[in-house]
Amino acid sequence: MGQFAIIAGQIFNGVSVGSILLLIALGLALSFGLMNVINMAHGEMLMVGGYLSYLACKVVHGPMSLLVAFLFAFVGAALLGALLELTIIRWLYGRPLDTLLATWGVSLILQQAARSLFGPIGVEVVAPSWLDGALSINHGILSGLSMPYVRIFIIALTIVVLGLLTLFIGRTRWGLYLRAVHQDREMAQALGVNTKLVDLLVFSVGTGVAGLAGAALALIAPVTPTVGQNYIVYAFLVVIVGGLGSLFGTAVAALCVGLISSAVQMFTSVSLADVFLLLTVIVFIQFRPRGIIYARSRSMKEA
Amino acid sequence: MNQVHNRFRKLAIVGCCALLASVPSLAQEVKVGVLHSLSGTMAISEDTVKNSTLLAIDQINASGGVLGKKIVPVIEDGSSDPAIFSQKAQKLIQEDKVVTVFGGWTSASRKAMLPVFERFHSLLWYPVQFEGNECSSNIMYSGAQPNQQILPALDYAFQNGKKKVFLLGSDYVFPRTANLILKKHILKNGGTVSGEEYVPLGGTDFSAIITKIKIAKPDVVFSTVNGDSNVSFFKQLAAAGITQQQLPIFSFSIAEQEAKAMGTSLVAGGFTAWNYFESLKNPKNAAFIAAYKAKYGKDAVLDDPMVHGYIDVLVWAAAVKKAGSFDPDAVRKAATQLASTASPLGEIRFAENQSLFQTAYVGQFLPDGQVKVVWQSKGALHPDPYDALAFPGKSCVVK
Repeated sequence: MGQFAIIAGQIFNGVSVGSILLLIALGLALSFGLMNVINMAHGEMLMVGGYLSYLACKVVHGPMSLLVAFLFAFVGAALLGALLELTIIRWLYGRPLDTLLATWGVSLILQQAARSLFGPIGVEVVAPSWLDGALSINHGILSGLSMPYVRIFIIALTIVVLGLLTLFIGRTRWGLYLRAVHQDREMAQALGVNTKLVDLLVFSVGTGVAGLAGAALALIAPVTPTVGQNYIVYAFLVVIVGGLGSLFGTAVAALCVGLISSAVQMFTSVSLADVFLLLTVIVFIQFRPRGIIYARSRSMKEA
Repeated sequence: MNQVHNRFRKLAIVGCCALLASVPSLAQEVKVGVLHSLSGTMAISEDTVKNSTLLAIDQINASGGVLGKKIVPVIEDGSSDPAIFSQKAQKLIQEDKVVTVFGGWTSASRKAMLPVFERFHSLLWYPVQFEGNECSSNIMYSGAQPNQQILPALDYAFQNGKKKVFLLGSDYVFPRTANLILKKHILKNGGTVSGEEYVPLGGTDFSAIITKIKIAKPDVVFSTVNGDSNVSFFKQLAAAGITQQQLPIFSFSIAEQEAKAMGTSLVAGGFTAWNYFESLKNPKNAAFIAAYKAKYGKDAVLDDPMVHGYIDVLVWAAAVKKAGSFDPDAVRKAATQLASTASPLGEIRFAENQSLFQTAYVGQFLPDGQVKVVWQSKGALHPDPYDALAFPGKSCVVK
């Protein structure tokens, strides 16, 4: 394995880790940026997506099972998100601390429910055979580099989701409403936008994408009741570094976090890489407290 | 009127309960504690050890109990939390007045219970392999010491010309100590350590570590990764195109039970080292497997810690008979003086340092999750809590 192959391999790993973080953080960025809701149960949507894809793969077999599993995970997590919004979050707007506590409670309930239903040990989603193996390069300066198809698939999935979300926000009517509510909630309301419906939609789409992330993660790691806990902190980190309310900023931040942690891991250990990452973020926030890209909005004037 | 009626009913119930409770004590009972994690992340492993412990108690009761008394297990849940293990141990000793406790799995849970057993002069039977470097007169260590599991595996790897070793573990006391011992022995025997990496417990991303393994090009990986992280490690290794034929993985925290839960195809071809495999052929093992499956279903899988949990009870009963008393001090002294006996593991007996003489096996996982023995030590090995290279000058003397 040559020098370039190692560097290229680590960049690939970084992008791969970053793409999973991005899938998780997209939903948070939407709900946090738009509704100012800190959803502690977001990690559990990841877990729910993982278990749903496990169930789907048990029922449907064959090469297309994964597609069904992803659809199932997205719709299931989105419905659960909608339920959460309708029953809890809707009633606690403007009380961020209460929402934080309530959603944390929901996260504990969901974890214990998963433990009771599926047992404490993780379940396994076996990737279909067309995702086995890796793209290996045997010639030239990158000789020795191998990129697992599973990780390439996850990166591709992330790009597709990011593209669809950008189109949804930039080109559709509901996207327009969303931007209007984001810029000025009262004015949008005065002009006839049903802000409650917009909130519900955005929150469900966000949790749905988290469910999708869970299904993707299940291809490379086991699905356990606590899988969400491993990722929720990084997802918040990405959202804060990226800047509130900017999908592009979130994407850049996820990529940076992935690349930095995978580069630092090569020179030190996994634990030290985490320390370095947190220190970097703290320093970064000192200079750019509003993140990489700061969307101007009246609702956040006071923030 | 109704209230009075109710009160009478309550009284009647209480009276019946009191009567019921007093009946068994006439029939002479003795209580023992069974303390394992029945919930939380460790439940997958510990629940079955509890089962085999109860099986042994049933068998002894069926043949007349100990010293004419029926053994009554008091089962408690350690909830995978060392602090709860410590609380429950105290509860068993003080409130339930048990004469001894069978339990524990993680080294953290053992370390948390140790002061409780020392303070109340009670006795814990600990059934799992561990890192050594501990020697309490209030614990009977039946699981393997390092010289009965990881070091024989290292010898086996060296005999097969695999001298470039990559050490990988979860980040806590057992892997760190095990690797400290392994490193000393690798260097002493002319091998090289081509890397040493740790992941947090429950960690799922092995991409950087796999790249490091690729660069280091070791002959073999010694893995003390524990729990769910193993699934991520083996999956990502396979996805990176590394097969067990190219790079054998020796795992010290995966037995038949974990292999079944992880998916047997993931670990097939990999190596492991224990003092017992379900595939061992001896009459005691055949009887044990038959009895366990009769009680807990024919799909049950047996593994090393379960058998240790089982033999701990049998040895305890034999020691009580020899001592003629349930007193923990008398029992532990009698236990180390018992003659060597046949067990599902082969010939065993407790050494003077309260750890178990037992045979070491190195095995290879078959596609069905069972293990084929590829090497075994010549007879039972003396247990050695303090490795001479890693902890020079320390020795285990129980009072």
